[in-house]
Amino acid sequence: MSVENVEKIPHVVIEPKKGWQIINFKELREYGDLFRLMILRDITVQYKQTALGFSWAIINPLFTMVVFSIIFGSRGLGPAGMPYKLFSLSALVPWTYFNQAVTNSTNSLITQSNILTKVYFPRLIIPLTPVIAKLSDFAIGMGIMIIFMIVYRNDFTINTNILYFPFLTLLMIITASGIGMWLSAMAIQYRDVKFAITFMIQIMMYAAPIIWSTEKISHQYRILYGLYPLAGIIEGFRACLIGNPVQMPWDLIIPGTIVSILLFITGGLYFKRMEKVFADVV
Amino acid sequence: MEELALTVENISKAYTIGLEDKKSDTLFGAIRNTIMAPVRNFQNVKNLSNFSGKDRKDVIYALKDISFNIPKGEAVAIIGHNGAGKSTLLKIIARITDPSEGKIKIFGRVSSLLEVGTGFHPDLTGRENIFLNGTILGMRKQEIERKFDEIVEFAGVSQYIDTPVKRYSSGMRVRLAFSVAAHLEAEILLIDEVLAVGDVQFQKKCLGKMNEITNQGRTVLFVSHNIGAVKELCTRGIVLNKGRLEFDGNIKDSIINYLEAFKQSTNSLENLHAGHKLLAIGDLLLNGSLDLKIEPGKQLTVTLPIKANEVDNPSFAFVIEDFMNNRVIHVRKFTDKLGFAQLNGNNILEIQLPSLWLAPGVYSTHFRIHTDTQRKIITNKTFFEVVGNQEIEDAGFFSGGVERSTLLAPTAKWKMENS
Repeated sequence: MSVENVEKIPHVVIEPKKGWQIINFKELREYGDLFRLMILRDITVQYKQTALGFSWAIINPLFTMVVFSIIFGSRGLGPAGMPYKLFSLSALVPWTYFNQAVTNSTNSLITQSNILTKVYFPRLIIPLTPVIAKLSDFAIGMGIMIIFMIVYRNDFTINTNILYFPFLTLLMIITASGIGMWLSAMAIQYRDVKFAITFMIQIMMYAAPIIWSTEKISHQYRILYGLYPLAGIIEGFRACLIGNPVQMPWDLIIPGTIVSILLFITGGLYFKRMEKVFADVV
Repeated sequence: MEELALTVENISKAYTIGLEDKKSDTLFGAIRNTIMAPVRNFQNVKNLSNFSGKDRKDVIYALKDISFNIPKGEAVAIIGHNGAGKSTLLKIIARITDPSEGKIKIFGRVSSLLEVGTGFHPDLTGRENIFLNGTILGMRKQEIERKFDEIVEFAGVSQYIDTPVKRYSSGMRVRLAFSVAAHLEAEILLIDEVLAVGDVQFQKKCLGKMNEITNQGRTVLFVSHNIGAVKELCTRGIVLNKGRLEFDGNIKDSIINYLEAFKQSTNSLENLHAGHKLLAIGDLLLNGSLDLKIEPGKQLTVTLPIKANEVDNPSFAFVIEDFMNNRVIHVRKFTDKLGFAQLNGNNILEIQLPSLWLAPGVYSTHFRIHTDTQRKIITNKTFFEVVGNQEIEDAGFFSGGVERSTLLAPTAKWKMENS
């Protein structure tokens, strides 16, 4: 028999948390099953009881592309020598993902408040689930993009930029996660965020080179513009998929990446710091 | 040294409550209030999660300085009136919300059942929801797979297991949700009012399953208003009152403590005022003493001192209720049958009851007095306990250490004859 007065180590110690917390990665791994299941749930549920099912994932970027082509296509907003449709769609597919991921992530704590107040699990799973779940829509959108690329194959040249696709996707996910963590934690405390997010997304869309090409931006401002993460991501996807711009726009991507990583880290820290009050203020 | 499952040390929990906004009565003040509104609102929202600053009137303590230890395998009830802080305490132990002060140490895997069907999604099938709900509650995937058939069987929904849950009747949903929760294998279970759902038959089933769980030696913390269930399942009771720990001891005494708070609301002396001629009512005595433990099958004499001033035609009633406030006895006597028409001076009212054979448990008694002014006077409820004796035990009343809840416990004479 072991010595009687050795105090057993508790599995869990509950204490008031003060100040900044670090992310408990070990715990996140333990709850991996739950994370996967919630992602699966989000994906299976979104188009249940619809007649069109997953085709909705296509309709969104496709229709937007058609509308944009009609309205903006002839105004010379796109680069010369490139069908506006391609120009537009290559940006709209990642943008649609980003839009939905950030919106759903921001509202996630509020819509899942019923679980929040009844069960314990690492709260970080909640805003991160839509960020991963919406990749299913992204994949379908990419499928359509590939079809378009085949149809219009004579109008552009693929180059080695295509190899940067995984990198750009990862960057996109990290950016969405960072913003999602920030905004979800804020939205649950200050409901203003819920209302602001709709027009914020609008502004973000026009600020990003989705409708217009960055050819228009003069050289000295490019790096400054690059601080807006979506600038590098969208333009990067264009360079990657349709080879226009021909070079990967590193002057936009690198500042954007730094900002994204900062958003991700600070978002995680802010989220963990505010975590303790979620169940009380929801 | 017993192995502990849980230690709770000086836990407190503060909340901010809404206070009325200061209204201004000058125009300038009103304009200023409107302009400053966003700033004020921001402050208010920020203050929801911030408790610093002395003497804040908008901060209340839902729990103050709660401490107790729970050894492994004990089934503990946490009872108290509404607003006592029971659910808050459970939420803190379940890590849903953080304590404001104090420390809790948990030794073992915890599963919390604060609601049945947490995370159920209406568009998913029963099968998918079992996995989702089970995972949310802390089960591993293989565990759920292993127990899947049992869970479906217990809930009785095998035919509908692949239909979306929104097509289920509410009863089916509840049964399925409880079934998942009932198959949790955690060492420590936190349960909050879960038995308040479902029909009577289902509640019985739940109770049965809970009994099974406590018999398996798992530690259970049970918050409930259902004193009957609590009495059957738990051996220890912790009573909370307005955020403080009022009592911590064996379940019967804790129930008495909990019920005694009802006394305040039926204080008879408040009903006596100048218009009344009943001047005072003394202590209710059982068999002549304040020692309120009696044995079943014994005669009971209850006395009540009354001081009156020319009260005409009083009539009396005597009530015994069980701990669930069910009336066990309600007997009445009108004055003319007592042999007098007017009550005056110091008297002692006495009622003699034959053997009632009440089952062991907690009961309350009180008298009700009607006077010619038609005002009803209800005396304070006095609690007493009927304790078991050897005869009762021999009759198998306590089976396996668990009380059977019957209303009466008479001794019977058995005989078997060869015919």
